[in-house]
Amino acid sequence: MPEIKVTPLGAGQDVGRSCILVSIGGKNIMLDCGMHMGFNDDRRFPDFSYITQNGRLTEFLDCVIISHFHLDHCGALPFMSEMVGYDGPIYMTHPTKAICPILLEDFRKITVDKKGETNFFTSQMIKDCMKKVVPLNLHQTVQVDDELEIKAYYAGHVLGAAMVHIKVGSESVVYTGDYNMTPDRHLGAAWIDKCRPDMLISESTYATTIRDSKRCRERDFLKKVHESIERGGKVLIPVFALGRAQELCILLETFWERMNLKAPIYFSTGLTEKANHYYKLFITWTNQKIRKTFVQRNMFEFKHIKPFDRSYADNPGPMVVFATPGMLHAGQSLQIFKKWAGNEKNMVIMPGYCVQGTIGHKILNGQRKLEMEGRATLDVKLQVEYMSFSAHADAKGIMQLIRMAEPRNMLLVHGEAAKMEFLKGKIEQEFSIDCYMPANGETTTVTTNPSVPVDISLNLLKREMALGGPLPDPKKPRAMHGTLIMKENSLKLVSSEQALKELGLNEHQLRFTCRVQLQDPHSDNDTLHRIYTHLKSVLKGYTIQHLPDGTVMVESIVIKVSSSAEDANTKVLLLSWSYQDEDLGSFLSTLLKKGLPSGLC
Amino acid sequence: MAAHLKKRVYEEFSKVVQIPHEEAPAKKLRLSKPSKSAALHIDLCKATNSTDALQYLLQFARKPVETESVEGVVRILLEHYYKETDNSVRLKIASLLGLLSKTQGFSPDCIVDDAISALNNEKSHQVLAQLLDTLLVIGTQLPESPAVRQRLIEVACKHLSDMYFGVRNKCLQLLGCLGMVDSPLTKDSEGLGTSLGAVRDVQSIISDYFGDQDPRVRTAALKAMLQLHERGMKIHEIIYEQACRLLTDDYEQVRSAAVQMVWVLSQLYPESIVPIPSSNEEIRLVDDVFGKISHMVSDGSWMVRVQAAKTLGSMLQVSPHFLEQTLDKKLMSDLRRKRTAHERAKDLFASGEFSSGRKWADDAPKEKLDSNTVNLIASGACGAFVHGLEDEMFEVRIAAVEALCKLARSSASFAEKCLDFLVDMFNDEIEEVRLESIHVLREISTHITLREDQLDTVLAVLEDSSRDIREALHELICYTNVSTKECIQLALLELLKNLNKYPTDRNSVWKCLKFLGSRHPTLVLPLVPELLSTHPYFDTPEPDMDDPAYIAVLVLVFNAAKSCPTMPALFSDHTFRHYAYLRDSLSHLVPPLRLPGSGLDVVDSRCGSGSVESAQLFLQQSLIRVSTIQNLEAPGAQDLLDFTIRDLRRLGELQTELAGAADFCATYLRCQLLLMKALQEKLWNMAVPLCLKQNVTATAAAQQILEETYKLEFLYSGLDSRQVATIHHVRLQAKALQLILTARTRQGLDPLISSCEKFLQDIESFQRLFLTELPHLQDSFVDKLLELMPRLSSCKPVELVKILQTTLRQSGLLQLRLPEQIHRATATIIEPTGESDNPLRFTSGLVVALDIDATLEHVQDPQNTVKVQVLYPDGQSHVIHPKPADFRKPGPDRHRLITQVYLSHTAWTEPSQIEVRLLLAYSSSSTSLSSSSSSSKLGWSDSIDSLPPPEAAVEGTIPFSKSVKVFIMPKPARR
Repeated sequence: MPEIKVTPLGAGQDVGRSCILVSIGGKNIMLDCGMHMGFNDDRRFPDFSYITQNGRLTEFLDCVIISHFHLDHCGALPFMSEMVGYDGPIYMTHPTKAICPILLEDFRKITVDKKGETNFFTSQMIKDCMKKVVPLNLHQTVQVDDELEIKAYYAGHVLGAAMVHIKVGSESVVYTGDYNMTPDRHLGAAWIDKCRPDMLISESTYATTIRDSKRCRERDFLKKVHESIERGGKVLIPVFALGRAQELCILLETFWERMNLKAPIYFSTGLTEKANHYYKLFITWTNQKIRKTFVQRNMFEFKHIKPFDRSYADNPGPMVVFATPGMLHAGQSLQIFKKWAGNEKNMVIMPGYCVQGTIGHKILNGQRKLEMEGRATLDVKLQVEYMSFSAHADAKGIMQLIRMAEPRNMLLVHGEAAKMEFLKGKIEQEFSIDCYMPANGETTTVTTNPSVPVDISLNLLKREMALGGPLPDPKKPRAMHGTLIMKENSLKLVSSEQALKELGLNEHQLRFTCRVQLQDPHSDNDTLHRIYTHLKSVLKGYTIQHLPDGTVMVESIVIKVSSSAEDANTKVLLLSWSYQDEDLGSFLSTLLKKGLPSGLC
Repeated sequence: MAAHLKKRVYEEFSKVVQIPHEEAPAKKLRLSKPSKSAALHIDLCKATNSTDALQYLLQFARKPVETESVEGVVRILLEHYYKETDNSVRLKIASLLGLLSKTQGFSPDCIVDDAISALNNEKSHQVLAQLLDTLLVIGTQLPESPAVRQRLIEVACKHLSDMYFGVRNKCLQLLGCLGMVDSPLTKDSEGLGTSLGAVRDVQSIISDYFGDQDPRVRTAALKAMLQLHERGMKIHEIIYEQACRLLTDDYEQVRSAAVQMVWVLSQLYPESIVPIPSSNEEIRLVDDVFGKISHMVSDGSWMVRVQAAKTLGSMLQVSPHFLEQTLDKKLMSDLRRKRTAHERAKDLFASGEFSSGRKWADDAPKEKLDSNTVNLIASGACGAFVHGLEDEMFEVRIAAVEALCKLARSSASFAEKCLDFLVDMFNDEIEEVRLESIHVLREISTHITLREDQLDTVLAVLEDSSRDIREALHELICYTNVSTKECIQLALLELLKNLNKYPTDRNSVWKCLKFLGSRHPTLVLPLVPELLSTHPYFDTPEPDMDDPAYIAVLVLVFNAAKSCPTMPALFSDHTFRHYAYLRDSLSHLVPPLRLPGSGLDVVDSRCGSGSVESAQLFLQQSLIRVSTIQNLEAPGAQDLLDFTIRDLRRLGELQTELAGAADFCATYLRCQLLLMKALQEKLWNMAVPLCLKQNVTATAAAQQILEETYKLEFLYSGLDSRQVATIHHVRLQAKALQLILTARTRQGLDPLISSCEKFLQDIESFQRLFLTELPHLQDSFVDKLLELMPRLSSCKPVELVKILQTTLRQSGLLQLRLPEQIHRATATIIEPTGESDNPLRFTSGLVVALDIDATLEHVQDPQNTVKVQVLYPDGQSHVIHPKPADFRKPGPDRHRLITQVYLSHTAWTEPSQIEVRLLLAYSSSSTSLSSSSSSSKLGWSDSIDSLPPPEAAVEGTIPFSKSVKVFIMPKPARR
């Protein structure tokens, strides 16, 4: 049986370093090629030696597909393509292709320039790598080679995030990347058609969460910011440069506009301006509202949001500042936090997940005294709020996607093992399909049952049509006679005569004959006549002939009667039928074995 | 030479006419019938190939065909149909047949046989489908013929097994439109029992195709079934299961139709019991459907989602606990199999296992509860509205909000529950959705009492910069019940903040506080000292009476005091004074109060309530009194009229309900008075040459009467034809007066002749318009004129004038009958107020936008009639047509105009005032009455063209608002 094999090199029962190998129909595909935020050594990249110990990956991989631009999905790409060596095609959507190199360059700068690492990929490598990228459009079917085709679907999550449908012959796999089933202020919801793949590989970050309505969260967020501003406080919102930041910006921007507020909003500069530029360009990838109104005004051209300068932090009066990075572990957001932490009028809003060990994590857990470097302590008096704005599908969203795509098997990646376990149980119970959750390096094998297309000769089809019912019903299988010819890699179903002709074979007839002994005191002819009337009464709707040469013909079955040599009362019936009439023939023989009813004349 | 030229021109002209003789419009009916079909015949014969034939047919299809010639044309088409070999031509012919059978007055039963025989011989599937379509048209044209219907159904059944989806589609459509509503197919079809199957009826035949391989056919089958339902056939419950299966179809149009189908079933059999698959329990069908449709709210296609969300709103019979599930997303358990023993575990589960994402780290894994009953999806209704309300497409969101509204109106407990969600929608990114949700909340607000935190979120929207949103919210607050005095305080505070931020909302905010006060007198009572900042021992400074915020507070307090007699005791002296002032200046906001020491108000409030009838009586009596005036020249008549007019005007001011009627009568009487005065002038006794100077007043009077009649006709709504006739009668009198005056000025004979003719035309058109009213106009001016009509039309102008003069002087006063309800169209300009001393400065030559905000009452079709007029000090005036979108309709008979007018002028040295006012445009040809009567006239007159145009349409405008002065200052451009 054909099989689909899936091996996660990263993101198996884990978040980060997404990299999944899929073998389908003899093709090897790498889905995502990310790095892990939590490691600084070799473990931060996937272990490519799993594919091959030495040498280049080109001959082992047919293509690489990147779902979106987050570093945990594309961070290892230059390393793999340039340093390990891969020259095949890399597929990603247009926005991903545009924004990905910015993030990679930033990542490289931090690692090489700030941390001083060597043996890391260079700017030139990023450029070379991006040259290998083939851009994808939504819903466009791209032929990687003669057999392998891929198609991208909208995934929400971030600008340009895509789910991919990978198809070889009639086998297929869908990889979701990260996706979001509830639309937000700047992106729409993920959507896929009912493609019924053999395997759906889904992220499961929020496997055990069912989130409140999005509006509640937004309203709370806006209310908190608004109240704080009215009190004259300052609001710090630590974000990562791309993705959520834009959503929150739009949220605040429209709120400011609606409520006629005057307090300044700042965004710490850096990546953002470049990225915002791309957000402005890829309007088609955003949600309904932005797409409809961009003619009057592009929502990403912010009126109220201005670039931040370090000196602004000391300005009096209320303000809102978006600052990077999102977990308050370093950089500008931490500096501002230190300045503002002492005033209880101020507020910090954490819009997303915080890794253990970061200041963000500490203050969220209620720590009010922080130890800073150099034995200094910091009293945290400002208000700390948590507001989940992460754009991953929750448990219900994952279920919804499964219902949309109707896969035959399910595979969970990109999540914590304990939570996956729960969701796995749910999926198996609800949809009664198999669900897998391999760890890194563990291979999951699924056998598929692909349908084999066969050409059928028109004559045969027409003949079959003429025989049976009004219309072919696609929902019901139907048996038919024919000969399957396998010739030069093609399958053909033809009628047997044609098959004989084509193959130059002679036709052989197969006949069955059978003797049945019958106690009957009449003469041969009378017996025959009695048989004739009996059959006539039993088999209605069949042509039964009494031929003058002393035989009875039922369709093409011949029945003859002769008296036995020993006993004149014992008649021997001779039945003969061809292979095609097997059903009727065996029925007749059992019928006649029971004898003739006495009532016959 | 000239004669020669003329002749040549004439010749050429006649030549030109003769060539298109065939198409001359005068040749009608009988003549064109053979020519039309013959032409078609010739064309079709001429056509050498199919493309040509198609072209001819297309051309032919563009022109209409008369009823009489349809049959001939149909014959020819059919003839060609049989001969034609090309599919596309046959297709076109078939479609033409369908078009032609729609012709009014043509009975298509004669072509049924031909169409069916054509159908039987047809090979091409497309043509077959088209022919069936034609049959469908024929069938719908012949609703009264069961025989034809029966045959068509037979045909449809026969072709149902066709290979081509289009044919099957059409057959199903045919069955849906024509299938027998009351009986199975076999009842009156003796000859064909076997072919259709003895027991099969239309429904089971159609439902067979629910499982067709082609999605389009499946859709058509569902649609046909719905069509049957619309025609009143009772759909059998058996198909329920099949229909439910189609809800999960791969194709959206099928799912969409299936949603409708199951909805129909749920309305037909709400109480029947269906089993739940995979369990042995049963629930009501309507609940099952509700669950299934709720499920569709998270469908992949947004069209289906809209459909599903809309449908949910109309399922009012659903059980309450299903309804409430739609708002609950966290409740994972399958509530359908309701086992009370599990309820507790479920609650624990819902609160424990899933995190809401609102609190940090509340999704840390806890001990695992028994999750056997947990069902993430199949519990249908769960969170349907939560999904719908946060859908990507605003169409879905609006549909969901509307559905919530409908459901909440019928269930108070649900209304309570959906409150939070609706309030959340106030924050939507699309204004339309926000507005809709505010409106919805207003509609269900009778069911709910807002808690403080809810009120808080509602009030936050008061700061919205969109005026529509704020006003909708004010409207909402007018209808809201709140629970505590803190709520009142909060609301007042926010409204004052709103007032401060957007001063233009003044009126709306006051109105809002008026209702808030009168709804919650007991809650306001404890707040009074604080609100009025009174102190038990000290006198506090008297607040500024012009401060809108203070007025707002007073409006709240006074309205609460109306039903709370203890409250006035808390007022300080100046409050009473302010009350007196406000009661006078803002009487619509401040109710009459029983205050100690002011007896006047008590009287006022008494007579205010019970006096409508007496006022009505008074109005009637005045009119009767006036009707005693027989002759316009009767002595004392003028005085009587004068007094009556004065009385009526005052009545209108006192009694707002009767203002329209009283005003109408007064204006009418004024017209009569003017006429009377004009006729009693001395000039009539003078010789013609002497009176040139004196007749100025009479001319002015005539002019004024004319204007007043237009006002009477167009400014008042609720007139019936009797009144309109009376008005026109006065107008006719005024015109007669004008004519007489023109005659006396002796400007020459020619203008006199033309004006005489015009007057005669006026009389004719009057007669035509008010034929039914003439009996009521006995003894009137017109009556007499009509008697003299033959003489008038033949006599000389001078004679005519003489007759007119005597008739006019003899004619009596026409009695005015009071119509049921008369409303005067009024307009009030709210913005600009005209109080500002700061001129609006702008560079001359450029434009400046002036915001106009006005309320219009009792104006019909304001989009077309209301204009804004701007008068500049130098006498220039501009009329501006507001955009239709600038009109909003906040209530019945009320409109709101919010627009911007652009002003521009050359430079001035000093700021100066311009006047802005609203005009009501009218055109005498467009009166509702004349249009209706002229259309009824079309019935009996042969052709409208033969008559002269009814009367030269008089276009004009009536100013119907007070003008507002605005200071502007165009400055010279600086170079």
